[in-house]
Amino acid sequence: MDINKKITDDLVANDISFVTTVPCKQLAGVIDEIDNCDEIYHIPSNKEDEGMGLCAGAFMGGKRPAIIMQNTAIGVTINTLATLIQYYRMPLPMLISYRGELREPVACQVEMAVHTKALLAQMNIPTYHFHHQKDVEELDMILKYTFMCNKPVAILTDANFWGGYGDQ
Amino acid sequence: MIRSEILKEIAPILRDQLVVCNIGIPSQELHAIDDQPTNFYMLGTMGLASSIGLGLALVQPKPVIAIDGDGSVLTNLGTLPTIANNTANNFILLIIDNGSYGSTGDQPTYAGQKTSLAAVATACGCDHVVECQAEDTGKVLQEALDSSEMTVIVCKCESGNAKNPVITMDPVVIRDRFMKAVQA
Repeated sequence: MDINKKITDDLVANDISFVTTVPCKQLAGVIDEIDNCDEIYHIPSNKEDEGMGLCAGAFMGGKRPAIIMQNTAIGVTINTLATLIQYYRMPLPMLISYRGELREPVACQVEMAVHTKALLAQMNIPTYHFHHQKDVEELDMILKYTFMCNKPVAILTDANFWGGYGDQ
Repeated sequence: MIRSEILKEIAPILRDQLVVCNIGIPSQELHAIDDQPTNFYMLGTMGLASSIGLGLALVQPKPVIAIDGDGSVLTNLGTLPTIANNTANNFILLIIDNGSYGSTGDQPTYAGQKTSLAAVATACGCDHVVECQAEDTGKVLQEALDSSEMTVIVCKCESGNAKNPVITMDPVVIRDRFMKAVQA
């Protein structure tokens, strides 16, 4: 299974047509796939809170947005999640590269990994964790759930899910 | 002129447009001067008015004016390259540059010192950047609307705030009526 294509197909099938990204090595393939997808307007952002602002605007303009980013971004976006996305009750699927988990080679990434689920739980953000490739089968349901409840929803995707991080 | 005087003067132009208004006193002033369903008031999240405005402009055809401040743009400077590289000719970023953080006690910003936001926007690749004095804002804004070209306006004005109550409207109500106005 090509998970990059599967993820992009699920976004399109759920009418998501506006996607902002801040890159991560693990996300390179899916970002490429989205960039080449005619049904999706791909707008790279310079910081994840900026990206959430873009998504809020697109949602109010009648389009379904999504953001793709690394888990370090949770540290950047707490205020934006609380005072924009949650306060105004907007849906936002967040496909998140979960760095600092099993098969991670960069020690510093663990420092945010240990806070990631706690911060998401503190924010009452529904959180899913993809560890095996087959977990991607739930993405379609998670996207439907997100736009049903009008909340930000986190999908953490770790190195094992992406098939490892390099050859370590 | 201070920001509230500018907003009063341009209110007749803003009335027919989709407006995303910056957090704090700017939104309170606009709300007090001319509350409209076409106004989206930011109650929090400093710095994102321009990003919300750009996202909105990119996905639908109506003109969008984001009213921002110099302090807020400095908070989210990364917005300017994103604006420059994602052309939305229905988008106007109106930066009311009073050289201070008005909502927090008029502390000076760097835009009131050596930093030129118009020069920054130009360096970021924004093609149409106009710096104007407060008195000319209405004329420049109308020209930008008529040009149908994405424009960044940096309006230089004096520091100071009008006294208005905080906005007590529920955020979901603000968002819902704004979305209905977008679709109308």
